[in-house]
Amino acid sequence: MIASLYVPRSSPIHALPPGLKVVALMAAGTAVFLIPDPLPVAGALAVVAGLYALARIPARVALAQIRPVLLVLAVIFAAQALLDHWTTGLLVVLRFATLIALAALVTLTTRASAMIEALERGLAPLRHLGLDPAKIGLALSMALRFIPVIAGITREVREAQRARGLDRSIVAVAVPVLLRTLKMADDIAQAMEARGYGGPTGPAAVAAEEARRARGEAP
Amino acid sequence: MSGSADSPPGSAGRITLERVSHRFEDRTVLADLDLVLAERRIAVIGANGSGKSTFARLLNGLQIPSAGRVTVDGLDTRTEGAAVRRRVGFVFQNPDNQIVFPVVEEDVAFGLKNQGVPKAEIPARVDAVLARYGLADHRERATHLLSGGEKQLLALSGVLVTDPAWLVLDEPTTLLDLRNKRRIVDAIRALPQRVVLVTHDLDLVAEADRVLVLDEGRVVADDAPGPATALYSERMA
Repeated sequence: MIASLYVPRSSPIHALPPGLKVVALMAAGTAVFLIPDPLPVAGALAVVAGLYALARIPARVALAQIRPVLLVLAVIFAAQALLDHWTTGLLVVLRFATLIALAALVTLTTRASAMIEALERGLAPLRHLGLDPAKIGLALSMALRFIPVIAGITREVREAQRARGLDRSIVAVAVPVLLRTLKMADDIAQAMEARGYGGPTGPAAVAAEEARRARGEAP
Repeated sequence: MSGSADSPPGSAGRITLERVSHRFEDRTVLADLDLVLAERRIAVIGANGSGKSTFARLLNGLQIPSAGRVTVDGLDTRTEGAAVRRRVGFVFQNPDNQIVFPVVEEDVAFGLKNQGVPKAEIPARVDAVLARYGLADHRERATHLLSGGEKQLLALSGVLVTDPAWLVLDEPTTLLDLRNKRRIVDAIRALPQRVVLVTHDLDLVAEADRVLVLDEGRVVADDAPGPATALYSERMA
């Protein structure tokens, strides 16, 4: 999960503003796809490895970022080598590896909350179109928060249905998961309200209530 | 106490229920409640479906009664919901439904942000409450990786960081093992706030100053822990 991918360290990479990291990622991603030769791209990959060291990310964690896509990269290399030339395969694989490693470095060194705050700032001009960046940020945070919770619910339901011999039935798993998720959503909404979110809860609302009470007015 | 609205004169430290009834569709969940809650520790017990959770939700305006009036320190939950919620913190049974953010410190900061606390003040208040409940080392941890007890302590921290005058807890120990239950009970014992505790745990009830026994939406006993628990046990037999 993204929230648990962040590796807290004190490093120059961690200290960079999240927005800058995303812009740098986009620029570097574009650049490696414009370079036509494998050698400079291999050099770029070496630079990314250096950035991992600078960010004090353990080698084990760094390698874990690329391991899940090794098979895909191998298939891409084989296909390019067969259809064109092995150097083309090497170039494409190096490009993808550089980009994936760089994107993972941004995730490993940037807290989800900082990324979401940067996104909120980036979306601020869209206020004029009626969008609320804070609500979008909260929705993203909550998605990160509840993906593992819903995964846990799904696991529990699947185990319960397996115990009843219903593990092959999608409906037998999907319906209880959906019902529990809806109930949870209701409870979460109440909890958020109890914690002061939504509706008239801020200091201005309290001040307005106080003023109404002082004037002896009904709301 | 939080910087919430001042209480009307003579009403501080009291939650009052005046002729309160509540219905869900055609079912009466609570009927004719007339109570003044002023003790430091009040326990609410009753069978499943007796109306305990609805009762708890009335106290901070999460539920508005179908009839009658609930006031907290003189503030009406129907008309002064924002001020009431700043005074009355609420801890739910299942912390997974109360923790909103993916990282511990972000979740604790949520209530403060909602109250408009200046950004510069937030980190120090978050650190203080996390240290108080033994979560300082988990500050940057993903919330879904916490144990059940740690999640409930986080839920408690997220409420107490806003410094409410009252705390309502709806079965906070039901989902916990004995070790984690003890951590929560110790935390509740040390609270300076007035506490209304909905529970099935008779050990916790024994420590209350006053116990309300609910049955089918009515208060059937309002007494000290000994006689109230005896009546409850008798009805449950």
